[in-house]
Amino acid sequence: MSETILRLTVNGEAVEATAPARTHLIDFLRERLELTGSHAGCEHGVCGACTVRVNGDAVRGCLVLAAACEGAEVWTIEGLTATGEVAALQEAFRERNALQCGFCTPGMIVAAAELLRDVKSPTREEIRDHMSGNYCRCTGYHAIVDAIETASRA
Amino acid sequence: MKAAAFAYLRARNIGEVFAALAEHGSDARVLAGGQSLIAALNLRLSEPRLLVDITGLSELRGIVVTPAGLRIGALTRHVEILRSAEVARHAPLLAQAVPHVAHAAIRNRGTIGGSLALSDPAAEYPAVALACGAVMHLHGPDGRRDVPAEAFFRGLYETALGETELLEAVTFPPPPADARHAFDELSRRHGDYALVGIALRAGLRDGLVRNLRAAFVNGGLRPVLATSAAAAAEGLPPAEAAEAAAAALDRDLDPPGDHHASAAMRLHLARVLTRRAIHSIGSAA
Amino acid sequence: MDNPLSDLDRPNSYIGRSVPRPNAARLLAGQGRYVDDLRLPRMLHAAFLRSPFAHARIVSVDTAAARAMQGVAGVFTRADMDGVCTPWVGTLAHFTGLKSAPQGPLAGERATWQGEPVAIVCARSRAEAEDAAALIDIEWEELEPLPPLAAALEAAPLHPELRDNLAFTRAVDVGGADSAFALEDSVVVEAAFRTGRHTGVTLEPRAILADWQPGEEKLTVHHSFQAPHMMREVLSKHLALPEAAVRVVCGDVGGSFGIKVHIYPDEIATCVASRLLGRPVKFIADRLESFTSDIHCRDHEVAARLAVGPDGRLRALEMDDVTGIGPYSVYPRTSAVEGNQVVNLTGSWYALPAYKARLRVAFQTRTPTCQYRAVGHPVAVAVTEGLMDLAAERLGMDPAALRRLNLIPDDAYPHTSPAGLRFEALSLQKSFDKLLAMMDYDALRRDQAEARSRGVYRGIGLASFVELTNPGPAFYGIGGAPISAQDGTMVRLDPGGSVTVSSSVTEQGQGTEAVLAQVVAHQLSIPVKDVRVVTGDTERTPYGGGTWASRGAGIGGESALQAARALKANILALAGAVMQADPSDLDLRDGQVVDAAGAPRMAMAEVGRLGYFRVDLLPPGFQPEFSVIRHWLPRQYPFAFTNGAQASYLEVDPDTGFVKLLGHWVVEDCGTVINPLLVDEQVRGGVVQGIGAALLEECLYDERDNLLTGSMADYLVPMMGEMPDIAVGHVETPTKESVLGAKGAGEAGTAGAPAAVMNAINDALRPLGAAKIQQQPATPERILRALGKV
Repeated sequence: MSETILRLTVNGEAVEATAPARTHLIDFLRERLELTGSHAGCEHGVCGACTVRVNGDAVRGCLVLAAACEGAEVWTIEGLTATGEVAALQEAFRERNALQCGFCTPGMIVAAAELLRDVKSPTREEIRDHMSGNYCRCTGYHAIVDAIETASRA
Repeated sequence: MKAAAFAYLRARNIGEVFAALAEHGSDARVLAGGQSLIAALNLRLSEPRLLVDITGLSELRGIVVTPAGLRIGALTRHVEILRSAEVARHAPLLAQAVPHVAHAAIRNRGTIGGSLALSDPAAEYPAVALACGAVMHLHGPDGRRDVPAEAFFRGLYETALGETELLEAVTFPPPPADARHAFDELSRRHGDYALVGIALRAGLRDGLVRNLRAAFVNGGLRPVLATSAAAAAEGLPPAEAAEAAAAALDRDLDPPGDHHASAAMRLHLARVLTRRAIHSIGSAA
Repeated sequence: MDNPLSDLDRPNSYIGRSVPRPNAARLLAGQGRYVDDLRLPRMLHAAFLRSPFAHARIVSVDTAAARAMQGVAGVFTRADMDGVCTPWVGTLAHFTGLKSAPQGPLAGERATWQGEPVAIVCARSRAEAEDAAALIDIEWEELEPLPPLAAALEAAPLHPELRDNLAFTRAVDVGGADSAFALEDSVVVEAAFRTGRHTGVTLEPRAILADWQPGEEKLTVHHSFQAPHMMREVLSKHLALPEAAVRVVCGDVGGSFGIKVHIYPDEIATCVASRLLGRPVKFIADRLESFTSDIHCRDHEVAARLAVGPDGRLRALEMDDVTGIGPYSVYPRTSAVEGNQVVNLTGSWYALPAYKARLRVAFQTRTPTCQYRAVGHPVAVAVTEGLMDLAAERLGMDPAALRRLNLIPDDAYPHTSPAGLRFEALSLQKSFDKLLAMMDYDALRRDQAEARSRGVYRGIGLASFVELTNPGPAFYGIGGAPISAQDGTMVRLDPGGSVTVSSSVTEQGQGTEAVLAQVVAHQLSIPVKDVRVVTGDTERTPYGGGTWASRGAGIGGESALQAARALKANILALAGAVMQADPSDLDLRDGQVVDAAGAPRMAMAEVGRLGYFRVDLLPPGFQPEFSVIRHWLPRQYPFAFTNGAQASYLEVDPDTGFVKLLGHWVVEDCGTVINPLLVDEQVRGGVVQGIGAALLEECLYDERDNLLTGSMADYLVPMMGEMPDIAVGHVETPTKESVLGAKGAGEAGTAGAPAAVMNAINDALRPLGAAKIQQQPATPERILRALGKV
């Protein structure tokens, strides 16, 4: 087994860990670091459940090798919750019931946070466009658009 | 759905890449943004023994204006192209195409070099490169060479890249002064691979279409430049050019048929896009 | 005060209030506990070798190389499991003639669909389990797949002992249909309706962690599932364990929609492997195996016709449904239910004098189908409402007017449909009128006309429907399935005055736990934050059916209401005993026992303190009972039917066949609305699943029955970019069977949306002289074919 030694920053903490080279970032976060808030939904880059932040960008964690994250700064839903950065989004999602089973939700929050970083008051169409890579089977999306719209005005 | 085991090499310089590729041949794969490759690994559609990660090679990054055109390093990410004022100014067709590339999270990681080197007929950049007459800059252990887009895309996932060569950068030559551009595609959902797409550039002189170059996404097993359509449209007013080019398309395209769309459907849609694209350049100021 | 419904109007009532779900904040913070988040000591990961063929004989299996791999703890085939697990047959006694073949945890001598599990590998990691599975050497002899649908009925039997491929058939003829169609002035319209195969694509795939503890002889199963007690019965029966030796725990479940309520061979095999190895084994279906092994659904070909009088009054409906279910009827709910529902439901919301129907259910060599959200409804609604639009066109009537004329009148209940469905009380007319008002039907018609003058083709689609909810024992129990129609709730007053509720209904994101908390908080007049709800654990909840068929709020909610009322009586009895007052003069208000004048007399915390710590102060013989369980199920009606109406407004690009959704409206009558926020989102989520069916989703196979749409790049689910905003309105007609009056709301969206969208597409294409499209999904290519452009 080809194990790689990795040094990176996760949720603001320095981490040193090993992982087989074939491990994608989500399995690494979930299994090595016990950060189970990020989810593997399809593992072929379509569903967005694994969206995490790497070096400032929202990316699909299943399409990033852990080994490629040497030196990277990774933020997951756990860290973004702890810093309060996504608190307005979380509160808007809660108030609007913009989640049901919750499996897509951490990825939705990370993706939405990037939109709100880049666009001050996105239109509903801009929200739908930006979030179009994140699958939710439960809500029908309307409530998610509402919640992001609300958070953008907070 | 876990990737088969492989070794991983983070290349510190391009020499290491060449050495690794020379040693492992087709057992090695070059990893750039990984947005197609890692999905293929997870699905075990690809089982290399070694991944050579080139993302640390800073010489493969960057967008610069050169006398030959706009040179974009292979590791330049889609999001950087999307935000680049230089791209908007010097490669407007590329700028029109990039919002159609997948979704934001993919654009944050995927690279132009990775997309061009994969030569997926369903991807946007190969068609844009063809329509623009872009030049691929290849670098191998024996030195550098330039390959025009027409000669670069050879077939389904097949390019002119040698086993030990890297795509270093791509240059989009300055478009003719009177060039107008249109990119459009039809995908079932935002960010999906298109059923069909068109990248079109043409001049408009005295109200007549000149030097049309139209390349198609999913027009065949490789990106296709529609030369018959271009010939048919030459010198006609836009409305007539649109019809003539659309009618000629069956001589240029041989689109794939699959469960997403039949070949006939794709040809029909290619004609629709051709008409719309030529109309749009005809009506644009 | 004696009538608890009267205090629904209290300003602080929790019934009808949009209270955020208590579990939402936790899920938003990434603190969910889904099965894949659990790790147990010595846990192994399972991967399956699955059949690459739709139909093939397994000549030989060699697992030696896989077993020899480092990190592999066990590799098992069917032969290893036969002594540990008995096979099952997916039939129900009340589906007369329904037949299926015995099925086990792994394929035996033969694989009968692509993706059927053949061998299980248990290893240190999932990746290593997959590595080892790739080393299993199987000699296959490929056999012929069955031909599609109706042709399968004529083919050689897949299971020779069953003699043919007709799993089930049923005919209904209430008389009068033939003569109604023959009447000279009958306007007769007919069409063939095709509904594609769909699957659920829960974002969390199926997941199970089986933990056989040899020392205790106990099997604990952490399961992403809707019906833990049913799973326990099945494991107990087929693994020959006492019920008490099996515990099924359903923590957070990442979506279910009916996918996670069936017995899957690979999940049973995981439990058997744990038993054989004496170690915990986790199986998380990956997305690829989800597509071939999660149940599929629909796959109906319906030929139907409708006779209407010149006055627009319906005279008769006749339909013939052929549906395919894969190689086995799924255990224990069976795969005959969807077709049966189509026959039961079609046309049932209209005043329909005559009805004739035939159902044939065929075996196939494709993934088994079974009940998925809105079972049968989308098919029945698309057929009925498609025929209504055809009739309106032929009669030159407005489609809204034709529907309004024929809907069962709101004052005509109770009503029995031609197929025998009994409706207690519906609001079809009122709901339809409200829908037309919400969407401003006339304004949309004007917009449509204006758009057409610009060469833009927009269409309006309407659909009324009924939805079957709150099923009683007549659904499954009567046929011998270990599926409980009743649910139980325990409500316990804690010493400090908070309340712990445990219920047999389960939570997969619908908000079941919020609803139970609201009902209990309302009855006890305490803040909802003081109520904690436990669900999904066979050792910690009362016995009951779980969550499926839109029953959580209606049945589980009523059992919670009854339990809370009983607890309230016990609380007031204690207060009365202490205060020497008549308990009937006392009530609970805002966390206090109050007297007849409404004055606070004793805090709940004081009641708790006395009841638990100072029983010595209570009168001799007075025993406080602060843990109360009540079970409930509907008895007067086999089902609580709900009703509603939907409308779609969309634009079709006649050059590309692409459809752009402009708006969607729903009016739903699910009786008492406990939490509008939750109900509305159930409806919206359901609508989008229905839109997926109408426009995007389809499991497609090649001629060898290989699945062509086995990834998320190929099976297209609705994403945010294309979906419209959805307006939701309500009419409330409570069921009188329960105090709460709630009926189900989980499936209405999915039931009605496909018909509304399909009708809107045909409405948009009408001026272009297109052929009618009655095939779902209406893909761009099918639309262009209807226009004759491809």
